[in-house]
Amino acid sequence: MTEEKPPAGEPEKPPVSGDGSPAGEPEKPPVAPEAKPPAGEPDKVPAWRAILQGLGPQRLALKVGAPVLALAIALAITMVLLRLTGADPFSSITAMVEYGTEPNSIVDILNRSTRYYLSAIAVAIGFRMALFNIGVDGQYRMAAMLAAALGGAIALPAPFGQLLVIVAAMLIGGLWASIAGILRVTRGVSEVISTIMLNAIATGIIAYLLNDKRLAEVRPGSNNVATPPIPESGRVGELNGVLSAIGIDLPGRLYGLLPLAIVIGVVYYVVLNRTRFGFDLRISGLSPTAAQASGVSSGRMIVITMVLSGMVAGLVGMPELLGASYEYSLNFPAGLGFTGITIALLGRNHPLGIAFAALLFSFLDQSSDVLQEVDVPKEIVGVMQGVVVLTVVIVYELVRRWEIRLQQRAVAAELARETS
Amino acid sequence: MPDAPAVRLTAITKRFPGVVANRDINLSVDQGEVHALCGENGAGKSTLMKILYGMQRPDEGTIEINGEPVHFKSPADAIARGIGMVHQHFKLADNLTVLENVILGAEPRRRWRIDFAAARARIEEMSRRYGLRVEPDALVETLGVGDRQRVEILKVLYRGARILILDEPTAVLVPQEVEELFDNLRELRSEGLTVMFISHKLDEVLQVADAITVIRRGSTVAKCLDPAEVTARQLAELMVGSELPTPELRESTVTEDVQLEVDDLTVRTAEGRAVVDGVSLRIRRGEIVGLAGVEGNGQGELIEAIMGIRHAGTGRIRYRSGDDLSDITGWPTRRRREAGIGYIPEDRHRHGLVLEGPLWENRMLGHQTERPNVRGPWIDRRGARRDTARIVDEYDVRTPGIDVPAAALSGGNQQKLIVGREMSGEPRLLIAAHPTRGIDVGAQAAIWDYLRQARAAGLAVLLISADLEELIGMSDTLHVILRGRLVAEVDPGTVTPEELGSAMTGAEGP
Repeated sequence: MTEEKPPAGEPEKPPVSGDGSPAGEPEKPPVAPEAKPPAGEPDKVPAWRAILQGLGPQRLALKVGAPVLALAIALAITMVLLRLTGADPFSSITAMVEYGTEPNSIVDILNRSTRYYLSAIAVAIGFRMALFNIGVDGQYRMAAMLAAALGGAIALPAPFGQLLVIVAAMLIGGLWASIAGILRVTRGVSEVISTIMLNAIATGIIAYLLNDKRLAEVRPGSNNVATPPIPESGRVGELNGVLSAIGIDLPGRLYGLLPLAIVIGVVYYVVLNRTRFGFDLRISGLSPTAAQASGVSSGRMIVITMVLSGMVAGLVGMPELLGASYEYSLNFPAGLGFTGITIALLGRNHPLGIAFAALLFSFLDQSSDVLQEVDVPKEIVGVMQGVVVLTVVIVYELVRRWEIRLQQRAVAAELARETS
Repeated sequence: MPDAPAVRLTAITKRFPGVVANRDINLSVDQGEVHALCGENGAGKSTLMKILYGMQRPDEGTIEINGEPVHFKSPADAIARGIGMVHQHFKLADNLTVLENVILGAEPRRRWRIDFAAARARIEEMSRRYGLRVEPDALVETLGVGDRQRVEILKVLYRGARILILDEPTAVLVPQEVEELFDNLRELRSEGLTVMFISHKLDEVLQVADAITVIRRGSTVAKCLDPAEVTARQLAELMVGSELPTPELRESTVTEDVQLEVDDLTVRTAEGRAVVDGVSLRIRRGEIVGLAGVEGNGQGELIEAIMGIRHAGTGRIRYRSGDDLSDITGWPTRRRREAGIGYIPEDRHRHGLVLEGPLWENRMLGHQTERPNVRGPWIDRRGARRDTARIVDEYDVRTPGIDVPAAALSGGNQQKLIVGREMSGEPRLLIAAHPTRGIDVGAQAAIWDYLRQARAAGLAVLLISADLEELIGMSDTLHVILRGRLVAEVDPGTVTPEELGSAMTGAEGP
C-alpha cells in the first residue's frame, strides 16, 4: 500500500522563527534526524500537512501498530475522564460495550457507519490532493433533496428508478462541488472558503425548495414537510434477507445500500493507487510544482478532484433515502459532512482506516445512550471522540517521524558500506 | 583570555549508525577570522557545524569557546554562548516585516508590550554598524534572496552572536549578491566577529577566507591553509582526494537535423514585462547548446516555455517528432514530454521529485503515461519497479532500495535518479538546467559522461548552467542570454570563463 508515505519533504514549515530564538525551545531537537551524512537535508514535512494528507508510517507493522497503540492511549485517557466525572470507568465502559454489541445496536451502528463512511471517503478524495472539501455537507444534502424530489416525481420500474436517483444524486453533488473547483481555478478562491459558503447557500436553497408550494408536501398530522415519497418500485430493500440466507439474523433493517459503501471504498483504493489518474492526483497533492512539471494540468486536476469528491458526497444520503426514509424531510440526517472530515482524519484517508474509524464513531454515538443509565452525561462521548482523533493523529505523526529517522539511518548505512 | 581562539574543536568524533560522520577532527578558529570549511557533499562539514551549534552532540571530543570548554545540549545553549547559525534555507516568515522577523522570539518588552521603538533603534544601529542594508519595515515577501540573507544574518547578530556559522551562504546567490555578502563578511570581521563558512565553491572561498580547512570523508585533510598559498585546483583535489574530471567534448556529433527550433519567442510576466524577449535558437540532433547567463535573466522562463509549463506569449516553438518539424507552441506539457522531451529541472526538490514518494514512483514522474510505468490507464508496478532498479544500478544511485522515499537520498543521488529517468525511453531533446549543481565531483563526472553518450546517440540538449567551465566544456554552441535576449553567440572552443562572464553581465562583447 503506497498511499502512506514517509516523507521528509521540501515544503517550508508554516512561518516560525528560525533556530535563532534564544530562550525559546530550539526548533530542532538535539537528536535531529541527521543520521545521513551525505543526504542534502530536506526540510521536514510540516505536521499539519502530514496529518491532513494521511501521511504515515510505511511498514505494515507500524501501520497497524500505531493505531492500536493510539486507541489504547485514548481508552486510558477516557477512563481517567470518566473517573473525573465521578463515574466508575470500568462499569461505564462495560455498559457501553454490552449495549453497543447488542444485535439491535449493531444494525444501527452499521447503518450509521455506512453514511459516515461515504462522507469520509468524499472528504478523503480531496485531502489526498490537498484540497479541503468542507462542503460535503451541503453537497450531500442538495443531492439527496433534489434526487428525492426526482425519485418521488417519476416512477420507473426497478432497477431504473433506483439508478436514476443515485445517478442524479451523484451528478448534483458533483455539480455543486464543481462550483468550488472552478472558482479556485479561475478566480483563485480558496476552496475552504467557497465550500463553507456553498454549505450555507445549500441550506438556503433546500429551505426554499422544501416547501409545499414547491418540491415538497406537508405530511398530514404533523408539521413535517417532505418530498413526495419514492414509490415502492424505486426503493432498495433491506439487506436482512440476504444475511439471513447465510445464517445471520439481525433485528432491525440494515441499509440495502451498505454494499455500495464497500464498493466505493474499493474503487477509491484502486483508482488512487493503481491508475495513472490516481498517481496524478496523489503527486498533485504531495507536490503541485513537481506534478505540473511532470505534465499534470493542475487546474484540470483540481476541478476533477472536486467533482469526484462531490459525486461521492452525493451518495452519502442514498442509503437512508432509498433504504429507510424514501423521502427528504426536515428529519433527514444532517451534519454528516462534518463528521466525515473527522473520520477521514482518523482513518488517515485509507479505505480500511476510514472503515474502522466510521465503525468506532458509530459505536460511540450509539452507546452514548446507555451512559445516562449509569449516571454519566452522554456528552462525554463527544469528548471521547475528540480524544480518539487527537491521540491517533499525534501517535501517527510521531511514529511517522520515527520511521523516517530509521530510514535515513538505513540510507546512511548503505552509503557507509559503499564508500568505506 | 584574549588570545584564546574563538572556537577550538578537539578530537571531535561523531558516529551515526553504520557511518562515522566526523573522525577525530581538530579545528581552531581565531577571533576575528573568516574561516572556510570545504568539503564535498557528505564529507561531514554540516555535521561538524551542527555539533558546534548544539544540534548534535559529539560522541567524543571537546569544544572550547573563547578558551572555555562548553557542552551544548541544544542550539539555545550555543546561542547563549554567542554562536549563531545562518541556514542555507532561510527560516523567515514571509508575511512579517524585517523588523518583526528579526525580533521574533526575542522581542524586547516594555510593560507587557513589545517595544518596537527600541527594537527598531537597535536594528538600525546594527545594520549601520555592520553595513547590512536592510529596511526594517519592508515585508520579507518583497525581498530578494540577498536581502533575505542579510535579514537572517541580522537576526543572528540581534541575538548577540559573536561567532557566525554560515551554511553554504552563496549557493542561493547570484554573483553580484555574492560580492555584497563578502563585503558584509569583511565588515563583520573588522568589527571583531568570527565567521565560519561552509562552501564548496572554491574560488569564493579563496576570495574571502583568512584560513581554509578541508574535510574529506569525516576527517580533516588540510588545516588552516593560507588562501594565498593554494589554488582552487589544489583545494578541489584535496576535497576529492584524486585528480579532477574536466568537462569536455571530444569530436563533434552535430548533425544537420534540427530537433528544436525556437523562433522569436517572447514570454511575459503577469504584469506584461518581457522576461524572454524575442529569442530564436536552434538545436540540432547530436548537439549540446549551452545558454550562459547570470541567473534570473530569462533562462528559467525560456525553459518553462519550451516545456509548456509557462505560456509562450508570442513566437513559435517547433520540434521534430517523426520526420518533420511540428509546431508545438500550443501543446500541453504532457504531450511534449510524450513526444520525447526530457527535463532536468533547476530545482529538483520542487520540480523534479516528489520527496515523500518512493523512488519507483519518482521514476514514473513525468513519464506516467509511458511504458514501462503504465499499461493503458493502469500503473504497471512491476514494470516501473524493475526499471527503477535498472536506473539505480546503471546510474549508480546509492540507496538501500527503491522503496525508500526520495527525500532520504542525498542531493547527488537524487540528481542521478532524475538524470537516469530522463535519459530513459529514448528522449530526443533534453532540457538540462544545472544538471550538476550542488552535487559532488564524482557524480558530476558521471553526469557529464551520460550527456556525452546520449549526444553521440543523437540527443539534442539545451544546457543551462551557472558553472561556466561546465558550459564551455560541454557545449557545441554557446549563447549568452541577458535580460531575456540572446545577446551573443560565442565559440566554446576559444572563449575563456572571464570573457564569458563579462559577456553575461553585458560589460562588453566577447
